[in-house]
Amino acid sequence: MFEILRKSLKTGIVTERYPQTPPQISPLARGRPEIDFGNWKDARPAAAVCPTGAIAYSDQGGERATTFDLGKCIFCGLCAEADPAIRVTNRCELAATRKTALQFSATYKLLPDGSHERLLSAPSPAPSSRVPRSPDPAVENLGRKIRRRATDIFGRSLHIREVDAGSCNGCEIEIVGLTGPVYDIERFGIHFVASPRHADMLLVTGPVTRNMELALRKTYDAMPAPRLVVAVGACGCSGGIFGTNYATRGGVDQVLPVDVYIPGCPPNPHALLHGILLAMGRRRLSLIPQSDNLII
Amino acid sequence: MNPSPDVASIAARVQAYFAGRVAAAHAAPPGEIHFDAPLALVAGFSGHLYKKWNARLVSVFADDVRAQTRAFHLYYVFALDALGVFCVLRAPVPGDKLEFPSLANAIPAVDWQEREIQDWFGLKLVGHPNPRRCALHDHWPDVHPLRKDFDLRAPLPPFSGESHKFREVEGEGVFQVPVGPVHAGVIEPGHFLFSVAGEPVLYLQLRLFYTHKATEKLFEAMPVTHGVRLAESISGDSSFAHATAFCHAIERAAGVEPPPRARALRAVCLELERVYNHIADIGAIATDVGFAVANMLAMRLKEKVLRTNEQLTGNRLLRGMARLGGVGLDWDAARTSALSSLLAELPPEFESLVDMIENSSSTQDRLQRTGILTPAVARDLGIVGIAGRASGFCHDLRGNFSGRLYERAPFRVPVYQAGDVKHRMQVRVDEVRQSFSIIRHFMDDLPEGAIRAEIGGLPADRTALGWVEGWRGEIFHWVRTAPGNRLARCKIKDPSLQNWPALSHAIPGNIIPDFPVINKSFNLSYSGNDR
Repeated sequence: MFEILRKSLKTGIVTERYPQTPPQISPLARGRPEIDFGNWKDARPAAAVCPTGAIAYSDQGGERATTFDLGKCIFCGLCAEADPAIRVTNRCELAATRKTALQFSATYKLLPDGSHERLLSAPSPAPSSRVPRSPDPAVENLGRKIRRRATDIFGRSLHIREVDAGSCNGCEIEIVGLTGPVYDIERFGIHFVASPRHADMLLVTGPVTRNMELALRKTYDAMPAPRLVVAVGACGCSGGIFGTNYATRGGVDQVLPVDVYIPGCPPNPHALLHGILLAMGRRRLSLIPQSDNLII
Repeated sequence: MNPSPDVASIAARVQAYFAGRVAAAHAAPPGEIHFDAPLALVAGFSGHLYKKWNARLVSVFADDVRAQTRAFHLYYVFALDALGVFCVLRAPVPGDKLEFPSLANAIPAVDWQEREIQDWFGLKLVGHPNPRRCALHDHWPDVHPLRKDFDLRAPLPPFSGESHKFREVEGEGVFQVPVGPVHAGVIEPGHFLFSVAGEPVLYLQLRLFYTHKATEKLFEAMPVTHGVRLAESISGDSSFAHATAFCHAIERAAGVEPPPRARALRAVCLELERVYNHIADIGAIATDVGFAVANMLAMRLKEKVLRTNEQLTGNRLLRGMARLGGVGLDWDAARTSALSSLLAELPPEFESLVDMIENSSSTQDRLQRTGILTPAVARDLGIVGIAGRASGFCHDLRGNFSGRLYERAPFRVPVYQAGDVKHRMQVRVDEVRQSFSIIRHFMDDLPEGAIRAEIGGLPADRTALGWVEGWRGEIFHWVRTAPGNRLARCKIKDPSLQNWPALSHAIPGNIIPDFPVINKSFNLSYSGNDR
């Protein structure tokens, strides 16, 4: 007992001060890839090496539409090796409240040799191609109000129920890390709880397998309202490298309404904290100013 | 590629024993012997290899080649541990008689693997003691996803209800405690049904495969370079081990060997993966018996390793480092010095963690003689890795099967007979200590030169086995190549698939409150099992 006390005193406090201080991340870490859309000459090499289709293009009528989807990106960095217009940064605070805020598209004039030139449309978050969940504006407005009210309620303390809906357990390694002495999520008044009945937030990993779909729905149904859903990792955001197949649904929002998406494979603990605080309304959307985000 | 004299003489002796009814195929990668035999001879062949060659059946799987041969192929992979050789037996299942004989009565270790074949390929098991569905849940429609005529992206109709019937356990005062698939902690999903009488557990039934995500089928739908990234997501805690096993299989199919520097960096990364997982497990075992301080220390140490991983490879779980033909990036002076400082700081801190746990008598009391897996049961179930070594299994692929990955590395397999939680933890402690010296061994004398060999075009229709001793146990990837740098089949064998049934034998007699620590002492991967 005395030995343990002595060791604890000797070790001192190891907890980080994030978000007051910037994330402690190696400059060599692979975070968000940045595409120099203005000088991008050819989307084909990067699209060919991208294992998840996060970088993709389609050619039509002499034009090439390119897309980059952070929600699908597994941060392998292969695109940057294949294409000088792409650079890997170590930025990890990438969470967003809308999936479309993670998707970027740009259109180019197609050249005869298959490369492209001259930006025809400025790169921007892709317009929402999905039909909105509730087309009625009154319902949408109400939904926004409820959400604001929910973040007011959750602003001070939050209980999280984690559900692995088919992940590879990579995300779990980092989520468990949040409860350790270095990240210490309890300093925010956030606790992981055993029962969905005690939970305000559902933190979901994995592409949602067919076998976990029912358990995930039941867990969500067991939570009291208001409640938040956070999709974690490339799989949670989009299905990731597994996508949609006979055994997977292709992301959490195929099954539940999602409030915040946290990209990463897996997202590191800072990225997770950023996303959770964002969902609580305690962190402003760092939606990356466009000029900084996209080099034009 | 000339087979070594050993391989040739083993092949000849086995062939002679079966007097021409078993054919040794040519052009197998080094260290593998390929045999062809009719289905009726599989049981006899297995018996011969077990008795005369002290073999272990490490993987059983099927391959749909009806388009080429109008048959399915079954493969049986045997490890001849003492000789460092794998025997791969191939037996055809004719397309007009879709059934195969079970070996599970003689070799219980293949129980789940055989049922997986039945579920995924629609080949009926004959003579299996428990031929119920395993890999596909009971309420799935009647589909066989790994057949070639099944579309990976096929949308299946909504499943209706839960229809799994657990075995009934009856008696006065017996009641059932269902747990999962969503558990209380932050862990993976699986369902456990405890039958208890008073405090002690009488019987434990496992239902897994909740995280099945079509991984093996996905390998058939992507180029091999993408396959390396997919392999990293088979089990996140073994990202590097699985990706390296996959690369190993592809390299063997292509007849390419990574250069010496790449092999050394691979070995170091494998040991880093072992170190961070073992430390995390030691802490988690402590926390499961209420010793939270030790876990906090362990989590701090694990974080140090993860941050070093990030500096060394760009990713905390070592993702992106595995590459076909070698590794993803070279380590400059800054990186190697980051590793050196980890090696200076970590070992004394690790020893203080071990001291803290060993000096806590209340912790020791909970760990000793808890969750015993006897060596006899472990041998029957073919238990490998940490759990195997705590129950008398004395093998580690880093030894006789290391190829040229671990040559000359200082290393001794820790083996215990007690088979309880304490000794599963002790194996981890011993292995972490050895990992430190293995990493030092490679870093003190890191070979110069290239970090990757060119794979070039992958020849079509080759088969090869790749393997790695991951931190949890032995990992196998078996591939059959297709034209255009693709795969026609990739079979993944995570040690979890082998070890999960052990839990049902280690639990009875213990109380439910000891289940978390027993489960953690095995720490099996759900995702690696379910794929």
